[in-house]
Amino acid sequence: MLQTVLEPQTAEKAALFRETYLAAYRFMLLARLLDDKFAALWRSGRIHGGVFLGRGQEALSAATGISLKKGDVFAPLIRDAAGRLAFGETVLDAARTYLGSARGPMGGRDGNVHRGKPKEGYLPMISHLGAMISVVNGILLARRFKNHAGTVGAASIGDGATSTGAFHEALNQAAVEKLPLVLVVANNHYAYSTPISRQFACRDLADKAAGYGVEVDSMDGTDLNACLETVGQAVDRARAGRGPQMVVATLLRLCGHGEHDDAGYIDPELKKSPVGRDCQKVAEDYLIRQKWADPATLATWRTEAVHKIEEAIAQVQREPGPDPFTEEWRAISTQRLNEGHE
Amino acid sequence: MSITYLEAIREAQAQALRDDPRVFIYGQDVGPFGGAHKATKNLAKEFPGRVLDSPISEDAIVGLAVGAAIEGMRPIVEMQFADFSTVGFNQIVNQAATLFWRTNVPCPVTVRLPFGGTSGSGPFHSQCMETVYAHYPGLIVMTPATVEDAYSMLLEAVAIDDPVIFCEHKFLYYHLKAEKLPSEALPVGKARIVREGRDMTIVTYSAMLHEALEAANELTPEGWEVEVVDLRSVKPIDTDTVMASVARTGRLLCVGEAWPWGGVTAEIIARVSSEGYGLLDAPPQRLNAKDTPVPYHPNLWAAHRPTARAITAAARKLLRL
Ligand SMILES: Cc1ncc(C[n+]2csc(CCOP(=O)(O)OP(=O)(O)O)c2C)c(N)n1
Ligand SMILES: [Mg+2]
Repeated sequence: MLQTVLEPQTAEKAALFRETYLAAYRFMLLARLLDDKFAALWRSGRIHGGVFLGRGQEALSAATGISLKKGDVFAPLIRDAAGRLAFGETVLDAARTYLGSARGPMGGRDGNVHRGKPKEGYLPMISHLGAMISVVNGILLARRFKNHAGTVGAASIGDGATSTGAFHEALNQAAVEKLPLVLVVANNHYAYSTPISRQFACRDLADKAAGYGVEVDSMDGTDLNACLETVGQAVDRARAGRGPQMVVATLLRLCGHGEHDDAGYIDPELKKSPVGRDCQKVAEDYLIRQKWADPATLATWRTEAVHKIEEAIAQVQREPGPDPFTEEWRAISTQRLNEGHE
Repeated sequence: MSITYLEAIREAQAQALRDDPRVFIYGQDVGPFGGAHKATKNLAKEFPGRVLDSPISEDAIVGLAVGAAIEGMRPIVEMQFADFSTVGFNQIVNQAATLFWRTNVPCPVTVRLPFGGTSGSGPFHSQCMETVYAHYPGLIVMTPATVEDAYSMLLEAVAIDDPVIFCEHKFLYYHLKAEKLPSEALPVGKARIVREGRDMTIVTYSAMLHEALEAANELTPEGWEVEVVDLRSVKPIDTDTVMASVARTGRLLCVGEAWPWGGVTAEIIARVSSEGYGLLDAPPQRLNAKDTPVPYHPNLWAAHRPTARAITAAARKLLRL
């Protein structure tokens, strides 16, 4: 290989990119192992309700979380363990929500992937797909009212949810208001069992953006490199005032819709095709090729991540669950207006 | 000088915008045009940049309001007609209404619903949605029946830290006038005894209050003294005031313009029957609209919803039981 002498500025940039890549990879790794742990806990009956994994989508998710800064807004969905961690969520809070600790951000009132801290710009998804995008818009509009410039809001969405009315309304709304929204579309080819051929009839999901007057870019969602670059640039454009941005990643869900689902409906040809690559493996190969890490280092990182997870789970398992007797059972904040039926 | 119910709503919004920089208004045609009902007339001019036209996207309108509320604003959103709030229903009942309970972050969003029947409006511009929203935990549902309440309750709606469904009756917009805006008000959550009586209690709210008062007056020459209670808000319901009234009169008739299945009138009767069974001298009764979509033609419409005449008839029957 040719040795190029880099300009000082490009060298700096390259160093920064390497740093970001390494950090993103470690969030991917942590997320994958955390997801695996939740799946194991679910199989042994220790998690109430479902478990939803992001296997195969960690590169895109981590790239999204890591492209955001403190003070930005993030509305993740069910396959965003990596992005959540990269945006600042702790393993502890993730575990608390899955295991129903009273000390978690949702205090047992909501669980699994429905977690967040709205005041920190980390929005807790409601189940209804598409519904979080306009909420991000509202935060961004409020910041404009307050002359608080320079922040962006990212929202995740799947191929299936691009068919919701809420998606359409919110993207159009962001375009009309020229809000710094970054809509990250994960085209993983399925919405639960429904293949994309039954989901939309446009040639490519990116085509949808034109209808709203929104800038769009696409990427190979299995390649962390591409994800960091494409999502990062979209975030930069939004931050610079270019209005809402959409990015579309092509990839494959490498797990069931939830852990209850064996995903027998996924086309084996797709699994064998490049979209079926495991982003984790792709990133590891790249790290080794670049000599940014050797197999021993990767193994150390993995061990560190496992320890972190085990420690958090052990701690959460000692924490109390919510107590129905001390629960206030009050859905509004204005105490005097609470009906408080028995 | 006199002021209409509609002007009171406009004035309350102007006051809220003046008092609190966190307030803004968002909805279809609310900007320079002043709203389909003129409830935001001149506000865009008076408060530049704070009264914004929205696309026809009820879901995104409410979603945006929730986001803005999280960020510390106090949005007022207008649904052009209450009927269209069904398209924003998800954001109201699942996003706005659950936020505080799930996260301890309050959600001070006011959703204005111009609602209820007016002659010729038909199935999709006449609906009463209060029952539907009252069913969901996490929402406060206001149903002002007077000019004074329209003003003071809307101001309180904006000041409250929770999502408020503000049901403003379109029939009252121009029909009701007051001399001036109130300087004092009964707090939200308290019902008002609008007319005292000893023979029977009519519990009602919004436009039906005026039909009920007319009915009560009609019964006076016959020697009946009918008490009329205006609930003012249907969530929360001021059960204490209702119960105290029934304790005095022994007879209860609930009147609502909404459809009969379930709902506010059924709720009142359930509460009085279970908590105040011994207070009743006769089975509690209720009167609602018929269980069909709201008809277009005035002949049908007048028979579809409770009117003073229908209330009088129902009251007479109950008084003889
Ligand atoms: C409005 C709405 N309808 C249905 C569902 C049930 N549901 C949950 S996830 C899902 C599939 C989502 O597919 P996609 O948007 O492609 O995301 P992915 O699961 O592939 O990440 C469905 C149908 C829902 N959560 N919300
Ligand atoms: Mg999908």
